[in-house]
Amino acid sequence: MSVRRLAENQPDSFDFTPENKAWLDKQIAKYPDGRQASAVVPALWQAQKQNNYWLPQKAIEKVAEILGMPKIRVLEVATFYTMFNLEPVGKYYIQLCGTTPCMLCGSDDLIKVLERRVGPQRKVTADGLFSWLEVECLGACCNAPMVQINDDFFEDLTPQNFEKLLDDLAAGRTVKIGSQTGRVSSEPAGKLTSLTSLYGAK
Amino acid sequence: MLSDSDRIFTNLYGLGDRSLSGAKKRGQWDNTKALLALGRDKIIEEVKASGLRGRGGAGFSTGMKWSFMPKEIDPQRPHYLVINADESEPGTCKDREIMRNDPHTLVEGAMIASYAMGAHACYIYVRGEFIAEREALQAAVDEAYAANLIGKNNTHGYPFDLYVHHGAGAYICGEETALIESLEGKKGMPRLKPPFPANVGLYGCPTTVNNVESIAVVPTILRRGAAWFAGIGRPNNAGTKLFCISGHVNTPCNIEEAMSISFRELIDAHCGGVRGGWDNLLAVIPGGSSVRCLPAHEIIDCPMDFDSLSKLGSGLGTAAVIVMDKSTDIIRAIARLSYFYKHESCGQCTPCREGTGWMWRVMQRMVEGRAQKKEIDMLFDVSKQIEGHTICALGDAAAWPVQGLITHFRDVIEQRIDQYTANPHSDPVRVAAE
Amino acid sequence: MTKILVDGVEVDVPGEFTLLQACEEAGAEVPRFCYHERLSIAGNCRMCLVEVKGGPPKPQASCAMSVKDLRPGPNGAPPEVFTKSPMVKKAREGVMEFLLLNHPLDCPICDQGGECDLQDQALVFGGDSSRYHENKRAVEDKFIGPLVKTEMTRCIHCTRCVRFTAEVAGTSDMGAIGRGEDMEITTYLEGAMTSELQGNVADLCPVGALLPKPQNFRARPWEYQKTETIDVMDALGSNIRVDSRGREVIRILPRVNDLVNEEWISDKTRQIVDGLKTQRLDRPYIRENGRLRPANWSEALSLVAAKTKATPAARIGALVGDLAAAEEIFALKLLAEQLGTPHLDCRQDGAKLDAKAGRASYLFNATIAGIEEADGLLIIGSNPRKESPVLNARIRKRWLAGDFTVSLVGEAVDLTYDYHYCGAGPESLSQFIKSAQPIGKLLVLIGQGALARPDGGVLLSLAAQAAQKLGGASAEWNGFSVLHTAAARVGALDLGFTPAPGGLDAQSMAQAGALDLIFNLGADELSIHPGAFVVYIGTHGDRGAHRADVILPGASFTEKSGLYANTEGRVQLASRVVFPPGEAREDWAILRALSGALGAPLPFDSLATLRKKLIETYPHFGRIDQIAPGSVSQIATLASAAGDVSRESLRSTITDFYLTNPIARASAVMAECSALAQSRLTQAAE
Repeated sequence: MSVRRLAENQPDSFDFTPENKAWLDKQIAKYPDGRQASAVVPALWQAQKQNNYWLPQKAIEKVAEILGMPKIRVLEVATFYTMFNLEPVGKYYIQLCGTTPCMLCGSDDLIKVLERRVGPQRKVTADGLFSWLEVECLGACCNAPMVQINDDFFEDLTPQNFEKLLDDLAAGRTVKIGSQTGRVSSEPAGKLTSLTSLYGAK
Repeated sequence: MLSDSDRIFTNLYGLGDRSLSGAKKRGQWDNTKALLALGRDKIIEEVKASGLRGRGGAGFSTGMKWSFMPKEIDPQRPHYLVINADESEPGTCKDREIMRNDPHTLVEGAMIASYAMGAHACYIYVRGEFIAEREALQAAVDEAYAANLIGKNNTHGYPFDLYVHHGAGAYICGEETALIESLEGKKGMPRLKPPFPANVGLYGCPTTVNNVESIAVVPTILRRGAAWFAGIGRPNNAGTKLFCISGHVNTPCNIEEAMSISFRELIDAHCGGVRGGWDNLLAVIPGGSSVRCLPAHEIIDCPMDFDSLSKLGSGLGTAAVIVMDKSTDIIRAIARLSYFYKHESCGQCTPCREGTGWMWRVMQRMVEGRAQKKEIDMLFDVSKQIEGHTICALGDAAAWPVQGLITHFRDVIEQRIDQYTANPHSDPVRVAAE
Repeated sequence: MTKILVDGVEVDVPGEFTLLQACEEAGAEVPRFCYHERLSIAGNCRMCLVEVKGGPPKPQASCAMSVKDLRPGPNGAPPEVFTKSPMVKKAREGVMEFLLLNHPLDCPICDQGGECDLQDQALVFGGDSSRYHENKRAVEDKFIGPLVKTEMTRCIHCTRCVRFTAEVAGTSDMGAIGRGEDMEITTYLEGAMTSELQGNVADLCPVGALLPKPQNFRARPWEYQKTETIDVMDALGSNIRVDSRGREVIRILPRVNDLVNEEWISDKTRQIVDGLKTQRLDRPYIRENGRLRPANWSEALSLVAAKTKATPAARIGALVGDLAAAEEIFALKLLAEQLGTPHLDCRQDGAKLDAKAGRASYLFNATIAGIEEADGLLIIGSNPRKESPVLNARIRKRWLAGDFTVSLVGEAVDLTYDYHYCGAGPESLSQFIKSAQPIGKLLVLIGQGALARPDGGVLLSLAAQAAQKLGGASAEWNGFSVLHTAAARVGALDLGFTPAPGGLDAQSMAQAGALDLIFNLGADELSIHPGAFVVYIGTHGDRGAHRADVILPGASFTEKSGLYANTEGRVQLASRVVFPPGEAREDWAILRALSGALGAPLPFDSLATLRKKLIETYPHFGRIDQIAPGSVSQIATLASAAGDVSRESLRSTITDFYLTNPIARASAVMAECSALAQSRLTQAAE
């Protein structure tokens, strides 16, 4: 975690689309009366998604207004939680897990791929397609190493299949979400060692 | 080894039908009304008797925790159940599988646990990064609402609302009071205890925070009886447990196994053994990043349970087993964890805010060997200065990996320092970027 | 009560006490940074760790754990706390080492040096050296307003400032953004704080991260002459300490007085310091050919004497302004009586208050501390946030405690707490009286906005009716409360400085042709029309001086000793900090000299004899720090008055909080604050 500041270039305004506003109203309804501040994280998240995966100042202020919170309280939240991107990111925003379980399984090699293909962290490529960030454990350790690209996890990566994944994304081809080696989820690769009575050995 | 008939999460890998009908076929939502008919006290008694210990890491008796909730319900202060699905402990990825592949175990468990504690509303706090998991869980919740299994006027006759909430990237929100703060729309900064959440929790109301797995196993425990669950594993370490095995094994995986299975059996049976064979094993972090690592000879035949591991100075934690073979730079592996804790410290209290950064910076130098041997003791002392002095357990969690490293691998650190001093670099010493 | 052993000393304290309080009770010193008794408990600095027996086996934050959380021993032995054990010593040294890791070693150039908690506690509780050899953290400084300078590298993240603005000030100006070691204290995008109490954050800051900006690099704590006195910027009478060096006032700090200002002061109280030095009248002036020219005292006094002798008593008037002390008001009254004029007034704003209706008719009878006992509050024609920010903070404190409804008749403004808005005009008040239900102890707060208007007397009566009917006036509770804005007002009313029978009030005296000679003792908020010869006794080149024909330079409140009665009628004694500038003299001495020039010297030669005489005539002025309460029966009498009210909306008399008196208007710091507040208003209106 380093010092996080709002981006220098900011859009002049922000407002939720009618669909997102309706969605937000539904979120607020989840919490008891007067506790609408509970919806601040979902609200900021939706604002970020609406704004190409980064959170502008005006969105922070809009959320503060809707939820009746002081602006500083919303800014605190926006800077505390690291999934809020305070500056623009690439169309494919790659979060690479670099914590020990992934590191043991070769995330260093993936970093090399990203440094070569995309460049330094936080910098968006000239074509606007990619930017990347090393993040902390994303919770898919049995499928290490892995990255999250926008909303989706891509697991069981090697430099080779990762390069291919990036190629496919750049070319606009559909990609397979999840394991890149054919695992369904976190079962042992090859053959099942449990639940065989239900699903067979494989 | 656990037989399939004793496994609770029968769709752990998502190989079967994930929908409500699939779940029902696997026995979930089977006459839940009868389970509720046991009554609040009986349910809590059963859970206590089953020996279920919290699956979120601390291993506190779940039934005991539930019993701390006030018996009388003050209408001004409704009870809440909050389910901790902020699974962020490095090495841990079990709750993820429950949520996306076997979500109805959790939804049903939430209903029963809420009933047992007099809560009519339950929030599941899912870590922000688990977007697909959140959606899968939400779909299951929606199904349950549609089938009128939960909701204001559900078929079980106990009004109950279940909401899925999410975070946005903060490990600390896995600490129960930080999670409550976050759920209230604030920064995830742990609260001072006492008061404990059972008295003053979410919105100031009595609240219990439980891990996903702890809640998801409850319906099966009640169906099959406390004795069944208590009969698996060793005394005080009962039941089945999801282990997440990552790192240098041939086939890393999540696996539901009997508590107290030996490390060797666990790895051989499910992970295809250690990469390069047992002789190649260097060390294991047996319970997620927050516990002390253990060298190969100590862990190999150790039963994987709370008491055995804590006897070795480590812990079962979340049962996230990180296996490291002899190719591992153990100093770097732990230094990376130090970075993790520095990154995730909320900054509220002094020892953790300042100490995690200090430890990481010293660890960084030790990875290179650019340190003095006396700094090893200093580092140990600094970690002791953090441990036990903070508001929440993150300070302890940051200290233990470093302590484990120094306890078991001091020789490696010393060697590294010797190497560095013996080979002075011709180029100027690189100063840490920060 | 619970027994507890602190370092072997047994004390008996309430179970709700924190361990820290229990330790203090037992005389054990516990260091702390984040803990502040008037703020919520954060428990984040970890400096107050103690060892406990009967609780968890690790050091406990004594500020956060209460005595009742500890279990007694097996045989009922009281729980034990240790503040000097090896575990505690080690814990403190550890925390101190952590706090100092990233704290800069810039004490020699830090204004906090000498009164720095970190410095002091490091000396007592810290180790002798640091083992930290990594790079230190540097943090960008933040702009948070014109009153508080930041040096954020020094911040130890105790969050006192954040809690103060959120809890006491109620403006949520400050926050801590980011997390971990990168956490930073700031305002929203470095905007200026919006609270009228923002200066207090610099006092609260235990280190040199937040410092008073106007005093930047001016002096060190040990250089100050410290004088305890009373503030006159509003009618609260905040207890202050004025720090001076040589002949110069450098800074003003709050003193603790739980009955008045707790330990807060408003920004105006704190930062008019530069206004004490600028625009000062430091010699007499005489108007000649339309222009004021410097004169000497004898010249000026003989001119005034000649003018006085030449004017019939019925054509002479005397006005008292907002900052005058009781002694000079009394002296002026004696002079006026000697001259035989009935035209006296202290109500330059035209407030319809009359001392004859009894003291209860113009006091804040509920008392300031009494706000915390009230069950409900009705505000009539007042904006307490602008009229007395510290009192407003007390209302907010009561509101935060819960079960407290506030209703407001007047302008709908942000008071930092929620209220039920009844409407703007007097009819809303009548409606409220008709429809509202009595609620225990009601506090009826009526401001000058309701009184300083032609129908003010009727509104005063209506307020009394509200108190009578709704639980605001009983034998146990007198909630009828006038919030004054002028520090001099209650004292002047006590002294009866209002028109004698047949006399004109202030507004009438100011009319063209009403009088031929007016003695103006610092009334600068009133425009005196051309015609009368005005003798102005005051301190600043403000409105009064501009209208004057003779200026007799007086002493500001830091330059004289005097008695003031605050809005609740509490008599407090202000002390002289420095001498008046140049040839300026203390006001009582000017009036004594003037009477001498008139050939009829007033019967006192010193402040002491004047004060003695004052107290003989008005004994309650002799009871310093006490209140001579009014009788609740006077409220009933007041309520019986009747009359018509206009439909005009009630409006606070204060339009610009920062510029309410000559001292404040002379202050560049106040001008900057005012401009900022105005621009915020403009922005909000857009």
